[in-house]
Amino acid sequence: MDLILVAVISLGAIGLIAAVILYVASKKFAVYEDPRIAQVAEVLPQANCGGCGYPGCSGFAEACVKAGSLEGKLCPAGGQAAMEKIAAILGLQAEASEPKVAVVRCNGSCENRPRIVKYDGAQSCKVAHATCGGETACAFGCLGCGDCVKACQFDAIHMNPETGLPEVDEEKCTACGACVKACPRVIIEIRPKGKNNRRVYVSCVNKDKGPVAMKACKVSCIACGKCVKECSFEAIKVENNLAYIDPNKCRLCRKCEAVCPKNAIVAVNFPPRKPKVETPATEAPKAETPKAEA
Amino acid sequence: MANKLIVSMSPHVHNNDTVERNMYGVIIALIPALLWSFYAFGLGSVVVTLTSVAACVFFEWAISKFILNSETSTITDGSAVLTGILLAFNLPSNLPVWIIIIGALVAIGIGKMTFGGLGCNPFNPALVGRVFLLISFPVQMTSWPVQGQWGAYLDAETAATPLALMKAAVKGDASALDQLPSAWEMFMGADYGCVGEVSALALLLGLGYMLWKKIITWHVPVSVLGTIFVFAGLMHLIDPTMYASPLAHLFTGGVMLGAIFMATDYVTSPMTHKGMIIYGVAIGFLTVVIRLFGAYPEGMSFAILLMNAFTPLINTYCKPKRFGEVVKK
Amino acid sequence: MKTFRIGGVHPAENKLSAASAIEVLGLPKQAVFPLSQHIGAPAVPCVAKGDVVKVGTKIADAGGFVSAAIFSSVSGKVAKIDSVIDASGYRKPAIFIDVDGDEWEEGIDRSETLVKECSLKPEEIVEKIKNAGVVGMGGACFPTHVKLCPPPGSKAECVIINAVECEPYLTADHRLMLEKPEEILVGVSLLMKAAKVDKGYIGIENNKPDAIKLMQEKAVAYPGIEIVPLKVKYPQGGEKQLIDAVISRQVPAPPAIPISVGAVVQNVGTAYAVYEAVMKNKPLFERIVTVTGKSVVKPSNFLTRMGTPMSQLIDAAGGLPEDTGKVIGGGPMMGKALMNIEVPICKGSSGVLIMNDKEARRGEVRPCIRCAKCVSACPMGLEPFLLSTLSAHSEWERAEKDDIVSCIECGSCQFTCPSNRPLLDMIRLGKSTVMGIIRARSAK
Repeated sequence: MDLILVAVISLGAIGLIAAVILYVASKKFAVYEDPRIAQVAEVLPQANCGGCGYPGCSGFAEACVKAGSLEGKLCPAGGQAAMEKIAAILGLQAEASEPKVAVVRCNGSCENRPRIVKYDGAQSCKVAHATCGGETACAFGCLGCGDCVKACQFDAIHMNPETGLPEVDEEKCTACGACVKACPRVIIEIRPKGKNNRRVYVSCVNKDKGPVAMKACKVSCIACGKCVKECSFEAIKVENNLAYIDPNKCRLCRKCEAVCPKNAIVAVNFPPRKPKVETPATEAPKAETPKAEA
Repeated sequence: MANKLIVSMSPHVHNNDTVERNMYGVIIALIPALLWSFYAFGLGSVVVTLTSVAACVFFEWAISKFILNSETSTITDGSAVLTGILLAFNLPSNLPVWIIIIGALVAIGIGKMTFGGLGCNPFNPALVGRVFLLISFPVQMTSWPVQGQWGAYLDAETAATPLALMKAAVKGDASALDQLPSAWEMFMGADYGCVGEVSALALLLGLGYMLWKKIITWHVPVSVLGTIFVFAGLMHLIDPTMYASPLAHLFTGGVMLGAIFMATDYVTSPMTHKGMIIYGVAIGFLTVVIRLFGAYPEGMSFAILLMNAFTPLINTYCKPKRFGEVVKK
Repeated sequence: MKTFRIGGVHPAENKLSAASAIEVLGLPKQAVFPLSQHIGAPAVPCVAKGDVVKVGTKIADAGGFVSAAIFSSVSGKVAKIDSVIDASGYRKPAIFIDVDGDEWEEGIDRSETLVKECSLKPEEIVEKIKNAGVVGMGGACFPTHVKLCPPPGSKAECVIINAVECEPYLTADHRLMLEKPEEILVGVSLLMKAAKVDKGYIGIENNKPDAIKLMQEKAVAYPGIEIVPLKVKYPQGGEKQLIDAVISRQVPAPPAIPISVGAVVQNVGTAYAVYEAVMKNKPLFERIVTVTGKSVVKPSNFLTRMGTPMSQLIDAAGGLPEDTGKVIGGGPMMGKALMNIEVPICKGSSGVLIMNDKEARRGEVRPCIRCAKCVSACPMGLEPFLLSTLSAHSEWERAEKDDIVSCIECGSCQFTCPSNRPLLDMIRLGKSTVMGIIRARSAK
């Protein structure tokens, strides 16, 4: 009986002392944190992708609460919906933002771009980039080691084993930009999703002169300038032997795609082109629903 | 030209060293001790060793295939075989098969594969297995057969080991130390103990081989053995009737096996020479402390496991001497 | 015998071409001169398409203080200024010259006679070296005149000549010492005079006993020059390792440079180039290149005009073997694997190594077993296993704290790794990233 009593008393005493210490410590060392920070952090995706430019989701939440306005702040992963929720919590106005998506600007699949050497180093694009121009004669295109895939927090980008190129899953992509930072050749670009998810872009980043680019890859941009002449909206520019389509000016007319001699311009999520005779172009989009896949 | 040119960064040559070469090198170094154990314990030793190796390799294969779903098998790299031999070396030669299999499961399953397989385990797998068995089956694990019963396995006659005598001396039995075999006998391997630990000579041959082949460096074994010798020697000087001589400490129990083969395990020992010496000295110190003042007669396994836990800390704070830190001469 | 104190490895030497005397290689049809053949700013072309040049005509000016001029090695007409894939595997601007005859600039002394006497002042010697476009011939191609102009506050105490040639296979320096010992010694005296020191050491590894013996005999006549035989160990040819081996001083971590401990290190080939530049008025436009490999029919050492495509050297050595897997510009430990064999010979091309397919492939990468062999091998006292993991995980701050910038990229760690891990691949990535971060920080 005594034994039990001793045990109960001693354990109870230890418990009491610990409780007192904990209580004192929690009072004395308490740090006040705005409770809204936790609330804001709750509506964020908690992927800590860094796409907002702050160190992780809690960093972004803190910045939102402290700044007092949501101007210039966007959680690319959570998108407009998350920003609306944050705005509601903080009683502020969310900025309108355009949905964006990552676009891989290289079409140098195994078929289009013949391999001329074999790379035998660490499986990292950054290392391969520092080793040499890559396995092909194109020193600008995709290296295929998948640094972008490893960087993606949302499982939205995968290597296609047939083409050896990464493919973006538009449904999952949050346009956080982690893959853009991971790519040593800046092949991936964050572009506006576009109307009905339709986009027209130059799927090449080769800055070599025409003949060199021509030889390296079947679908390289050779900076011939045909697209520039064709475009009625001044959306296309050729700089450093490479054409670039400004997504804000492009009206998705697809004329450039049609004239590109190397098929370097890609239009995605459009319905298949009808044979030219049958146009009225205005009706074409309604005829079929756009495919979701890129 | 037939092939595409290969490009990669320098260096373009390699010394052709492999994981296998190192693992099998350690196994070769264990052969003298293995042969001695066959000679000393006969059938029991053969059964224990074979069971342990087979079980370790099987569990490694099964876990990587069915639980980790990995496509490549790691059983050929020799690390599971090595764990199997080391585990067997740490068991008495009359241990029933089923206990050995449990030990192998714990060694490979909990000690190694849980952490991600080769290179990721914080503790020496063989020791995890042994200590698990020692705590779970104390009776079976502490009855050691007398040498020379070649045909005996489970029915082998057992006797007190020198370590038990040394423990008895510490506990006040003044005549215990007189019953110890001479240091020379213990060095040659005439005492009783686990399968692989009895012959210091055979184990030292293994050490010589590993140093010659540059599989390990001298730092860990020398610092462990040196510390044990010095610390046990000091205690012996204080009271020779209570504390056995330092040579007796060196040549009994798992000291040689532990210092040469267990503490030097690549994965669980520190990376720098300075760190290795700190690690070795601490193991030696803890071993003697446990032997003389602890509850168990043997402290090597616990000492190594304890220091395994400190290895990451040692790695963090013991940096190699950088080039240029040397003062101008 | 002396050697450096920390780490080091012993790769198989494979000096297949050590017994092949230097042969003069024929002229190429077209010579190509990349504008960045050296560390520092690229050279700026001073010729245009259609210009006629002679052997020794300057075709590109230095693009800054740390830069070097480039001279034509052939006579003919400038075909174009375009781009060529160089040893880096990328297209770089280059001058193309179509060869026509072999007409040399006047004023170049083409005789074989040894000129020993030099009455020039140190500054004049440096100026002449600079005007001849001489750079370090060991591979790094650091402009020589820059090393001879110590930054304010530091003073040179000795010149150390790197005749170690610790890279396996290469024998260019070895042959040069056997065939031009006096010229090298005069070159060393000139370097000592230019650096205003009276002590010169020539470090030679003792796997070249014939060169050590010959140089020791000849050096008697040159006061202040001492031949230092060194124990064979890679990377003894690393600047810092050589200084440690020869004068037992260790250069502290970057930003300290060899001159911080009073040493000026030059390659033995550079000493020869200095001799030719100062005494013979001959700018740097040819060098000795080893062509070697286990499958090569005739491993050779060629006196080659710069701009010659490597394919011509390979043909002269018996052609590209059928089982070729890798062609390396330089030695096997630090050389660069080439994307094609038309890469032109540059100032730093010490060798062309052809490896067969089996040798060329790296082994299967296994998990790190923490054997610490890389730590023992690292000549800089670093922890390669840690640095490579930190780089792989983009832990730049910790990598910087663990002295990643001290890495000399010698490859000893990867050479010893039993798990075939691409340690140096990752460390290089980390080193360049961390150096970028440090530069950005100091620019602020």
